[in-house]
Amino acid sequence: MHLVLTMRVALFVTCLADLYRPQAGFAAVRLLESAGCRVEAPVQTCCGQPAYNNGDFSNARAIARQVIEAFGGYRHVVVPSGSCAGMLKVHYPRLFAEDPRWCERARDLSGRTHELLSFLHDVLEHRDFGACFSGCVAYHDSCSSLREIGVQRQARELLSRVTGLRLAELKDSEVCCGFGGTFCVKYPELSARMVDDKARSVQATGADALLAGDLGCLLNIAGRLRRIDSKVRVYHAAEVLAGMADGPGIGDRRHP
Amino acid sequence: MRSTAHSFRNNVHAALRDQGLQRALHRVSGGFADKRRAAVEALPEFEALRAAARAIKDHTLAHLDEYLECFETQVVAGGGTVHWAASAAAARRIVIDLCRQSGARRVTKGKTMVGEEIAINRALAEAGFEPVETDLGEYIVQLAGELPSHIIAPAIHKTRADIADLFRAHHGRQRELDSARAIVDEARDVMRERFLSADVGITGANFLVADSGSVVLVTNEGNGDLTATLPQRHIVLAGIEKVVPTLEDAGILLRLLARSATGQAFTAYTTVFTGPRRADDRDGPAAFDVVLVDNGRSAMLGSEYREMLRCIRCGACLNHCPVYGAVCGHAYGWVYPGPMGSVLTPLMLGLREAGDLPNASTLCGRCEAVCPVSIPLPTLLRRLRGRQHAEGQAPAASRRVLALWAALARRPRLYGFVMGLGVRLLAALAGRRGRLRRVPGAAGWTASRDLPAPAGQTFQAAWRRQRADHAR
Repeated sequence: MHLVLTMRVALFVTCLADLYRPQAGFAAVRLLESAGCRVEAPVQTCCGQPAYNNGDFSNARAIARQVIEAFGGYRHVVVPSGSCAGMLKVHYPRLFAEDPRWCERARDLSGRTHELLSFLHDVLEHRDFGACFSGCVAYHDSCSSLREIGVQRQARELLSRVTGLRLAELKDSEVCCGFGGTFCVKYPELSARMVDDKARSVQATGADALLAGDLGCLLNIAGRLRRIDSKVRVYHAAEVLAGMADGPGIGDRRHP
Repeated sequence: MRSTAHSFRNNVHAALRDQGLQRALHRVSGGFADKRRAAVEALPEFEALRAAARAIKDHTLAHLDEYLECFETQVVAGGGTVHWAASAAAARRIVIDLCRQSGARRVTKGKTMVGEEIAINRALAEAGFEPVETDLGEYIVQLAGELPSHIIAPAIHKTRADIADLFRAHHGRQRELDSARAIVDEARDVMRERFLSADVGITGANFLVADSGSVVLVTNEGNGDLTATLPQRHIVLAGIEKVVPTLEDAGILLRLLARSATGQAFTAYTTVFTGPRRADDRDGPAAFDVVLVDNGRSAMLGSEYREMLRCIRCGACLNHCPVYGAVCGHAYGWVYPGPMGSVLTPLMLGLREAGDLPNASTLCGRCEAVCPVSIPLPTLLRRLRGRQHAEGQAPAASRRVLALWAALARRPRLYGFVMGLGVRLLAALAGRRGRLRRVPGAAGWTASRDLPAPAGQTFQAAWRRQRADHAR
């Protein structure tokens, strides 16, 4: 009986979580499983944004076709990142605008793709995961989560159910942190200025931790916070929701 | 003014270190954005107006030839003249000929971005005329010999002290200039005499109304009206995309324009000029000339950048752009800065000149979100990057890295193996510190931030191991 009700969900873990912060991926798995999903993670690499956003549309298409193939059989594809979810959801259909067969398949994947926090909140309507986190946290809206996927309220509502957690709002929460994929290495001075502004507004909240739903922003902001010796810890929002934020944050000293 | 868009990186470097500029930027940062937000929140139908505005623009662009011809017919019927300028050079020639016909010496100017685009001031001066900017910001920029740094706030990069210094140097008056009021009073004083002695007045146009042959102009200083009505000839410089079918259409766009630009419900002056002075008019110019400037716009119309022609030059994308906010307008190197400039400049001057502009954006999407005519600016920027890539213009080093990465990303097994080694190596280098202060080949990142160390094992490797253990 239980098996019938279980929803089969594929996790598109994203290359940055895969390589840098596996724990964010495991936190996503735990959240999905506790909401009653059966999670699978087909072999995957990247959504193709580096090629796409650098104008290399032919490699972007090749990578997109690979993702469309690998994630073909699942009712839902869940992505713990607004920008990678946006790539699958919004940009894949555009990439194949002149190729009806693949465009159809891209649209089909688009309809099945969800950003993690909005999937938990809006689709599964599972909002309380029983986690505890003692302290004040600031949530950073990634540009893609906010403007491409429309995740804003959902993240805050999920976090507000975490026992012991107080939520602080960042000033200029709609402003980009300066990551921008390869932008941060192509225009380091501009990126540095933007992430410095963001790190300052994080510190101004007095929060103990900074959370976001996108590892690009998190690595960028954590990198800056570590450089200026800030005490603010940095986690993927899923880690806090899954009760997995008791260890070192992103870029923190590891326990011996 | 010659473009420095090709040295964008150096311009950025200098702008970030220019303390005067950073002080000026800091004071205004957020001001326009906050005012726009308040204005939009106070107007429940804002989104509906946005949709209507976009539809008006799209419709007009789809029938641009008809509406332009209709506009010309109406202008001629009202006693005015329409001149068609295919290029910047043609537009300059037309304006100079008209000034000569009027026997002009002094030419007053209202604010016109297309005037900057065709560099009309320099052409006028070289032809022996004295061009005088009458918008306060433009006047300041003219005294300084600079380009506007913002399309609606041209002197936004100047502090009050900078302006006082300029006035002292150019006006030769002994006057206290210690307050904004004193500065404005002096400008008004100087300007009054120029208005009264001008032979030709040149203005831009916010909208051209096809069915009446009217020109709609908005200002906050009233300088446009004095420029247009006092001299014997009024020349209007306008891009061909400025035409709308009716005055009602212009009305819809006007409701969006000031709110998007400065957060005002309406600008202080909104004037509709229709033809030269008529027999029973008490004032107005004897001659009314409209110069319709193409300068690359027809080519845009027939391309995948057509949506850019919806732009109404409100400046909202500049005011909400984090890159513009960090370096201000001059860093972009030419007339149009910010996201709209990063699309327009490469289209008008070429990607070889302005290749950095479409790349120097995180594609954060805030510009598109606030654009009153919903121009998909990030999509257009990405398209320009696509053209650059297709034409082999991207820097060789970044092309090689990207090609290598793509080759891996298309081979999942190999990717897993290579990346697995990479993360193990980085984790080992970082040790317990959990971060790296320097990474060979990643100086761009580590100049200002640490590189958080990866965990040492990829998610996929750990996941498969876990599943295998489960199965056992």
